[in-house]
Amino acid sequence: MKTIYLDNNATTQVAEEVLDAMLPYFRDLYGNPSSMHTFGGQVGRKIREAREQAAALIGAQPEEIIFTSCGTESDNAAIRSSLTAHPDRRHVLTSRVEHPAVKSLCAHLSRQGYRITEIPVDKDGILDMTQYERALTPDTAIVSLMWANNETGVLFPVEKAAELATERGILFHTDAVQAVGKIPINMKANAIDMLSISGHKLHAPKGIGILYVRKGTKFSPFLIGGHQEKERRGGTENTPSIIGLGRACELVAANMDTENRMVLLLRDKLEAEILARIPNSRVNGTRLYRLPNTTNISFEFVEGEAILLLMDDYGICASSGSACTSGSLQPSHVLRAMGVPFTMAHGSIRFSLSIYNTEEEIHFVIEKLPSIIERLRSMSPYWTLGEQACSVQ
Amino acid sequence: MWEYTDKVKEHFLNPRNVGEVENPDGIAEVGSIACGDALKLSFKLDEKKRIKDIKFKTFGCASAIATSSALTEMVKGMTLEEAMKVTNQDIAAYLGGLPQKKMHCSVMGKQAMEKAIENYKGGPPTEPAAQIICECFGVTEREIEQAVRENNLSTVEEVTNYTKAGGGCGGCHDAIREIIERVRAGAAPVVRPKISNIQKIRMIEETIEREIRPSLKKDGGDIELVDVIGNRVLVATRGTCATCKAADITLKHFVELKLRDFVSPELVIEEVTP
Repeated sequence: MKTIYLDNNATTQVAEEVLDAMLPYFRDLYGNPSSMHTFGGQVGRKIREAREQAAALIGAQPEEIIFTSCGTESDNAAIRSSLTAHPDRRHVLTSRVEHPAVKSLCAHLSRQGYRITEIPVDKDGILDMTQYERALTPDTAIVSLMWANNETGVLFPVEKAAELATERGILFHTDAVQAVGKIPINMKANAIDMLSISGHKLHAPKGIGILYVRKGTKFSPFLIGGHQEKERRGGTENTPSIIGLGRACELVAANMDTENRMVLLLRDKLEAEILARIPNSRVNGTRLYRLPNTTNISFEFVEGEAILLLMDDYGICASSGSACTSGSLQPSHVLRAMGVPFTMAHGSIRFSLSIYNTEEEIHFVIEKLPSIIERLRSMSPYWTLGEQACSVQ
Repeated sequence: MWEYTDKVKEHFLNPRNVGEVENPDGIAEVGSIACGDALKLSFKLDEKKRIKDIKFKTFGCASAIATSSALTEMVKGMTLEEAMKVTNQDIAAYLGGLPQKKMHCSVMGKQAMEKAIENYKGGPPTEPAAQIICECFGVTEREIEQAVRENNLSTVEEVTNYTKAGGGCGGCHDAIREIIERVRAGAAPVVRPKISNIQKIRMIEETIEREIRPSLKKDGGDIELVDVIGNRVLVATRGTCATCKAADITLKHFVELKLRDFVSPELVIEEVTP
């Protein structure tokens, strides 16, 4: 069975070009970039090149790029470093819809005595900027807001938020794991101090990430060890993955406009057709400020895990914000923060596309999904009621 | 990804007895859309007061649908007394097991069956007003006590897996801990929920079909269940088994062990000539 992969916010396929760039550094060129000999030194040169490629993608300077092991490490490093830099400040400002990498860390910090403020979002997932501005205090050590939401794709106005923080002398970090490569980012034109990137969300392998740290920002390392990354992150470099990520950044920088336009067309088609063909379905999150590849659709009166497993039977891969898929007993914190009603929240499905999706695949999903939803609704004790309610309207 | 058994997947993909029985003798609805799963059960009895027809409608995940389907298959043909004795463990066992975090689905099935029978008998039995312990999921003290007793639970996490209680805000964890202590102090350790005779026969048949027959058939043999008297399982051997000198050893070491594993540790296997 062919796999139709519409779960690219979870992880992406490694690009062929990326894999090709990496392979020699497993097999033949295994030297340590810190070594004095030519054999290691040539790997060091290649890492410099990767750093330049990554910097170019976001309009940064190469020395502002620190390679890490993943987005989560980048988030942890940024927030913890800020707290170390300002030991007198005890307040962390974030949002209600952050990825667990930030959310769980903040919960942990709260138990250690830090004051955490989570700014709410409205029903469309839009950040309350008035509350945000009011929550910036002289005690605030760091603001951490995600650029794009992993579940809904909704974009936060992080550039504006960073300005407001910087004006008050507060450090600003953004988890841009979902945004990098999907929307243009230029660090020269904003006030963001730190930004997290994850390799495997942009067709590089898993286990590699980046923390961008603006020049002049006080930084204290998360992993203490050797002199690597200018003593900002100890540990021998993951050379093949760094080189792969550099190549992935180069690819995405060269093709972002055309590729994203194509992805956007496919996403819009998928979304429009699903909404047209399946009654009692709706999009979660604003459609005005959103990633081009993501749509989060709720199907009323059915449960997400059941939908996923029936799609899985056709080889269609997606994710859900339902309770059953999270392993917890409540729907995703993002949908709850948006106040999505329970009848909808349990039946939410996230489709996230990539440049490797085809029109044919989208057609296949559009064709199969209505009968999947219908089948589950025919089993649902709530559906008849819902149907009646609709026909009355 | 959840680790579901093939049987769970099969019941999810091809659920039995979906719908609502016309003019039912008993009906029940448990769960709610807010909680993420809900089950509506309706049944009809025949003139011998056995369950003739039973149907379900379920909103929920794959395991909620599969347990509903399994329950209806299990109790069909049973008297209400027998159906009342089907425990959530029986439902889970019928499906070859459920992930720990999904055990609450089997509890939901058990509760729906009980409630539908109560409905048939004319409303809920007289009992002290139900005290809600978990506000997030509306779980009562009695439900938690029952789950702890029947499943021999000892931690809050287990209670959450089986009843959902404590899976929201976490404000009731201390109250759940107290219930666990109280039930465990009062009750002797539960070894295994008691199963009815019909239940036992069904489970033995299931185990023979699923676990035993395929292995015997590989060697050209077969086995047939003749009768179950108490814990004595009477079987007849067929094919090469009937003439094989090693058949005795196979019966004792393979068949009996399997049945003891899957059904009850007290079972003794006996060969009869049909």
